[in-house]
Amino acid sequence: MSSRLFLLAALLVAAAVFMIGRWFRIDYVFFAGYKVLLYVVLATAWNMLGGYTGYVNFGTAAFFAMGAYSSVALTKYFAGFALPIPVLMIAGGIVSGIVGLGMGYLTLRLRGVYFSIATLALAVVVQTLVTNWDYVGGSRGAYMVRPAEAPVVGSYMQYLFLIMLALTVAAIATARAIERSKLGYGFASIRDDEAAAEASGVPTLRLKLVATALSGAFMGMAGAPYPYYVTYLDPTSGFSLAFAVNSIAMPLVGGMTNWVGPLIGALFLGSIQEAATVSTILGAHPEVNLLIVGLLLVSFVVAAPNGIVGLLEARLRAWRGP
Amino acid sequence: MDLSLDLLINAVVAGLLLGGFYAAVTVGVSISFGMLDIVNIAHPAFIMLGSYSAFLLNSALGLDPILASILMLPVFFLLGAIVYQVYYLAFERRGQESLRGLAFFFGLLFITEVALVLHFGVDYRFVDAPYIGPSLHLGLADLPLRMLVPCLVSLAMLGGLQLYLKRSFMGRAIAAVSQDPLALRLMAANPARVKLVAFALSIATASIAGALLIIIQPVEPSMGRDYIGRIFAICVLGGMGSFPGTLLAAMLLGVVESLTATFYGPSWAPAVAFGLLLLTLAVRPAGLLGR
Amino acid sequence: MSEALLAVNGLGKRFGGFVALDGITLDVIRGERVGLIGPNGSGKSTLVNCLCGTLRNESGTVRFDGRAMDGLPAHQRTRLGMARSFQLPRPFASLSVAENVRIPLIYAVNARPGRRLGEREIDARCDALLGMVGLAPKARQRPRDLSQVEMRKLELARAMAAEPKLLIADEAMAGLSHSEVDDILALLRRLNERGITVILIEHIMRAVMSFSERLVVLVAGRKIADGIPDEVIRNPEVEKAYLGE
Repeated sequence: MSSRLFLLAALLVAAAVFMIGRWFRIDYVFFAGYKVLLYVVLATAWNMLGGYTGYVNFGTAAFFAMGAYSSVALTKYFAGFALPIPVLMIAGGIVSGIVGLGMGYLTLRLRGVYFSIATLALAVVVQTLVTNWDYVGGSRGAYMVRPAEAPVVGSYMQYLFLIMLALTVAAIATARAIERSKLGYGFASIRDDEAAAEASGVPTLRLKLVATALSGAFMGMAGAPYPYYVTYLDPTSGFSLAFAVNSIAMPLVGGMTNWVGPLIGALFLGSIQEAATVSTILGAHPEVNLLIVGLLLVSFVVAAPNGIVGLLEARLRAWRGP
Repeated sequence: MDLSLDLLINAVVAGLLLGGFYAAVTVGVSISFGMLDIVNIAHPAFIMLGSYSAFLLNSALGLDPILASILMLPVFFLLGAIVYQVYYLAFERRGQESLRGLAFFFGLLFITEVALVLHFGVDYRFVDAPYIGPSLHLGLADLPLRMLVPCLVSLAMLGGLQLYLKRSFMGRAIAAVSQDPLALRLMAANPARVKLVAFALSIATASIAGALLIIIQPVEPSMGRDYIGRIFAICVLGGMGSFPGTLLAAMLLGVVESLTATFYGPSWAPAVAFGLLLLTLAVRPAGLLGR
Repeated sequence: MSEALLAVNGLGKRFGGFVALDGITLDVIRGERVGLIGPNGSGKSTLVNCLCGTLRNESGTVRFDGRAMDGLPAHQRTRLGMARSFQLPRPFASLSVAENVRIPLIYAVNARPGRRLGEREIDARCDALLGMVGLAPKARQRPRDLSQVEMRKLELARAMAAEPKLLIADEAMAGLSHSEVDDILALLRRLNERGITVILIEHIMRAVMSFSERLVVLVAGRKIADGIPDEVIRNPEVEKAYLGE
């Protein structure tokens, strides 16, 4: 299926999802749905670098939060005037993309392990900087007032959901387009054997930078509307460990070799966590969510390295026969 | 001026003592990452386990935390052996260490933190010992015993390990295993087994490091994360696997952190280690004394 | 015309305290067939890695096709016409055999100035390359389904796919049967007839002797002999290096 056709199909599915939500008229659907979509985007974005090229990013929270905080900063700069969210997203995407590029340039020439450690470092450095930056509220946090009316759809929550839906489609379409392109082959060769890829003419550093910048940019774009979603943003929630863990666990559990994996992983793990949060028995400890995710992460990485998609593919192969 | 000098001296002294402690925290990773090339980013989690086990033994039986940690050494050694075995079977044997190994350890780090929160809650826990409280006074410098003792224990541990690696057969095998597994095999030592012992040893150090931590300050589960940056900054800066380098880098980091906290405020302290790490990776990945 | 295709001057490489290569000087003329031999650990693969840019040499220079190679990353050297096969095969495990061979075509050949190959041309060339090494029936399979021997052939096919001016074959024949060795030799000769300069690194003496116009011997990081094969193997130092092992 060509990329354009896929995009059209995805948009139709997205529109259908939105219309069904509107028909049910329960705002919770949009509220919980936003979170799930957010994770789909983060997982897909993470996978562009982690799954396709094999470089593990532990600092998802940094890229995400930079998008969120650039929204806060810009809104404040324009004296509380609510900039349209697409504008904020572009800004967030650019900021995170550039930081990703810069960090990649510094560390991607070293072994992958050092890049991963550097991303950990980045997350803490950025968090510390933001915590000490009073302009955006520092450790006290910042309040973002949602506009009463949203363009087109009325309810602001629905508007946010729609935006996130659009971003999800964009992320997945991009991931899929990469897979089938020359770029995708290049990424795969880097993941499989970087030295052999170099020897075969693949400009590995350049491609890794592209992956890092793309990945970072999508994470930043996912972060930009977040302050309006939560209405109160502080470093602890913005840089929550949950983002880092989920963005790694979801592709790992779902499958890292193509765009379907992160989607499945996000839907699967996202629903589990939502259910655990809602359920009164387990709801007392929000940490149990993360424990479940952590256990699944370790189990899958040890026993099912190709994720759910891999398991399904193996089942399919066995069924088809030799 | 008088006040500033006093502040400066104490900041430096505190930094040196802290650095000594940081060396204990890092030595485990010097072994697992520096010598065995296993990226155990979960090491801080084991340190937290060490802190909490010291806490348990101290509060339940009144044992001195350092003594408690020594008693727990076999347990931690065993734990390290189990973790290595899983790691080896799942990843190393299949040659897919990097991405999945990292994810594995990250998952462990995470699970441990959450499990600790679920069991102990997020309140700070502390231990009771006669040397927590009093200070030694040397001229302008204040040497709190709760920092001096861990520093000394750390130096002893480092010295002991260094001796072990240089003198004993297993120790020398460990030093050799990363460089020449074939030669090792010819010397009738099984590389996999040597690595197992080495890794288990690295986790055992976490028992002691954890006890030292809870002596210096009260602990709560999420503190482990702050130490990832410190550990790897020291490891990289110190030249990966060199104990003298580790000590030097640890003290450097301790002093810089202490000065930053004293003159710019404690909220900037976490950034110091990580910033140093980024800087080192960008400029001189081989470290200060690096090969 | 008289300038060598490959001019190596005083190349040196250390690993910590260990000197892997000590002042290697070597010229390879366009169209030559050069054999490179030496005991295990003498630095042959390190030399290849330094030539191709996989490793950085600390001293000395490498000039290829009239250009200085210093500081150029490996992928650029491949694009300029240097290709190598790895001693231990390093296939792209998640790609099919045909896709393995496709990578150099889309990243090395198509990156060169001039006409770009279209999709169908690329497909055709993949088929041709696999045919040349006898892997055509396995085009859709993954490298893990290949035997050791077939993986070596894939290594070679991938190096050939980059359409090099200079092909360095690093122990491509290890473990092959007598007739398979002959097949590879014939293949390399055909490539040479088309104008590709070949450096053959091997332990199989009869292959090296029958193939090479010139023989270079490396021992403990130093070049100890360089000349006509028949003369070189009678050199007493060379004899000592091999018999004294």
